Amino acid sequence: MERFVDIFEDAEIICSPSSSCVAMLREHYQHLASESRRAALADKVKQLLPRVFEFTELLVDKLGVTETGAFYPHKVTYHPSCHSLRTLCLGDKPIRLLKNVKDLKYVELPEAEQCCGFGGTFSIKNADVSAAMLADKMKTIAATGADVCAACDNSCLMHIYGGLHRKKQPIRVAHLAEILASEHS
Amino acid sequence: MNARVGLAAGSPDFPTAAKAALGDAQLRRNVRLATDVIRARRTLLVAEKPDWQELRTAANRIKEHTLNHLDEYLLQFEEACVRAGGKVHWAADADEANQIITGIIQSHGETEVIKVKTMTSDETQLNTALTAARITPYETDLADLIVQLGNDHPSHIVVPALHKNRAQIREIFLEKMHLDGLGHEPGDLAEAARKYLREKFLRVSIGISGANFAIAESGSVCVVESEGNARMCLTLPKVLISLIGIEKVIPRFQDLEVFLQILARSATGERMSPYSSIWTGVSADDGPQEFHVVLLDNGRTTVLADDVARQTLHCIRCGACLNACPVYRQTGGHAYGSIYSGPIGAILTPQLQSMEHSQTLPFASSLCGACYEVCPVRIKIPDVLVHLRAKVVEQGDSPLTEKIAMKAAAFALAGPARFEAAQSVVRLVQKPFVTDAVVSNLPGMLSGWSVARDLMPVPAQSFREWWKERK
Repeated sequence: MERFVDIFEDAEIICSPSSSCVAMLREHYQHLASESRRAALADKVKQLLPRVFEFTELLVDKLGVTETGAFYPHKVTYHPSCHSLRTLCLGDKPIRLLKNVKDLKYVELPEAEQCCGFGGTFSIKNADVSAAMLADKMKTIAATGADVCAACDNSCLMHIYGGLHRKKQPIRVAHLAEILASEHS
Repeated sequence: MNARVGLAAGSPDFPTAAKAALGDAQLRRNVRLATDVIRARRTLLVAEKPDWQELRTAANRIKEHTLNHLDEYLLQFEEACVRAGGKVHWAADADEANQIITGIIQSHGETEVIKVKTMTSDETQLNTALTAARITPYETDLADLIVQLGNDHPSHIVVPALHKNRAQIREIFLEKMHLDGLGHEPGDLAEAARKYLREKFLRVSIGISGANFAIAESGSVCVVESEGNARMCLTLPKVLISLIGIEKVIPRFQDLEVFLQILARSATGERMSPYSSIWTGVSADDGPQEFHVVLLDNGRTTVLADDVARQTLHCIRCGACLNACPVYRQTGGHAYGSIYSGPIGAILTPQLQSMEHSQTLPFASSLCGACYEVCPVRIKIPDVLVHLRAKVVEQGDSPLTEKIAMKAAAFALAGPARFEAAQSVVRLVQKPFVTDAVVSNLPGMLSGWSVARDLMPVPAQSFREWWKERK
């Protein structure tokens, strides 16, 4: 946390492409700082937090951008990661961005709000339960007929990729930023 | 004091028990179906209330206030209950509660009791204690009856037999009630239970209940239920004994306004529970003429002493977090090894036992937050889970491999030079594990990942290296 504050304290805007990282900053940094009993550090954290934006927050809320001019000729579904959904409450921001991508066909994910089962060390400590949750998630992704599953959290994408690849499912995963940066080749 | 939660102390750890549960396809179908139905009903009924979030906040504030003044409210409850003709007993732990209740029954020379659904009595293993004292307890809640007749354990706080389907229940009834020609329809099974129980209601003279709420200002006790069987137990016997956890007290009668609105919607997806029984002490010529309250601590005061985890005691046992939990949805309740299962069980069970047992439970969550989202009293279950994980680590109870891995990670993440060095090491070490450009077979504690998942290897060029080059 100290290091993070040192590096970013003078930044005008701090953008993270990971909902869970932003959730960590917003939910836990203030708590950690106050626990450290260092008033100066706690104050710096407090000053810094309003300048932290999750990637889609920066685009939609701060910059007012919902159309990036991207081109992505694929059928795409979107998995709202738990932190993006319940901690950051991103709502439909990622989906609005996706729907405005040229040639992209958006398909809604059934039971989208269900956790993919990653949960950090949970995926190793409770590997069997985690794998069962992932199996459910993969079933709903496959049911959409999408060829790409997008999300705003690389950890979930790593998990979903791991399952899809193991099952030899012809579905790719992509971070939303990757899609929004795609152009005509 | 010896706080215990049913048989939790001797239960297998969560990952082991969960693995067994995951292999039971029938169990998983039953749990999935039942939780889907209750969840859908809850969602509908909650959406009806424009002030739902305000109700949650009100319930949270009332509980927080009460817990901060618990000593005063408990004494107020005792005084009011005694004034109304009740007797109040204080039990430090499960054994003491069981002894008090057994003693009351024996003082009347009785050998049978009828019971209202009470999780607290499962916590103290009251039925085991009564049976040892040659007293026969009859569960009268339909689901508890199914569990009792099947020599089973509850798997859900609100719906104890959720893991059984109709055909399985019929098998239990056929065997234990000796019924010829028992039909297959829900109505047939309900009628069989009705006949079996009615005879007990009319014959047995001592009833045992728990409580949903104990009202400090009036000394009243409130029990909500769906079947009317609790109402029978609360009104027909001569003697009534209510076993109540000390966290069940609320200050005022008016506070029920908040709790009765949120409880039924959260628990069963109903606007109101079909039966809400509220009584105060004893009334001449009406209902039980002798009324005992046993106030149970059993580890609750140790939970109360923890600033972060205290909110665990807000719980009104609605079970909404179980139905919402993606982990519970996969495993059902038995895997938790405790009568308190799901997210609330994962925080309550280890705490009641002073963090000496059930230490894998705080880790039985992906921290997805679905439990907090539905909790009608706003218990921040994910925060408490993390807090309890830290306690397990501080106690030195995490596995050795994990301790080493965490030390290594802390070292590698302490600066960019170390991080880059660690990346280079992994690039070398991973080589024997990479086939077809993925890692499919991880060693040691990481093997859990590769049971069902591949992993992209650390790439030849990292983002940082690419970024530097680009500049």
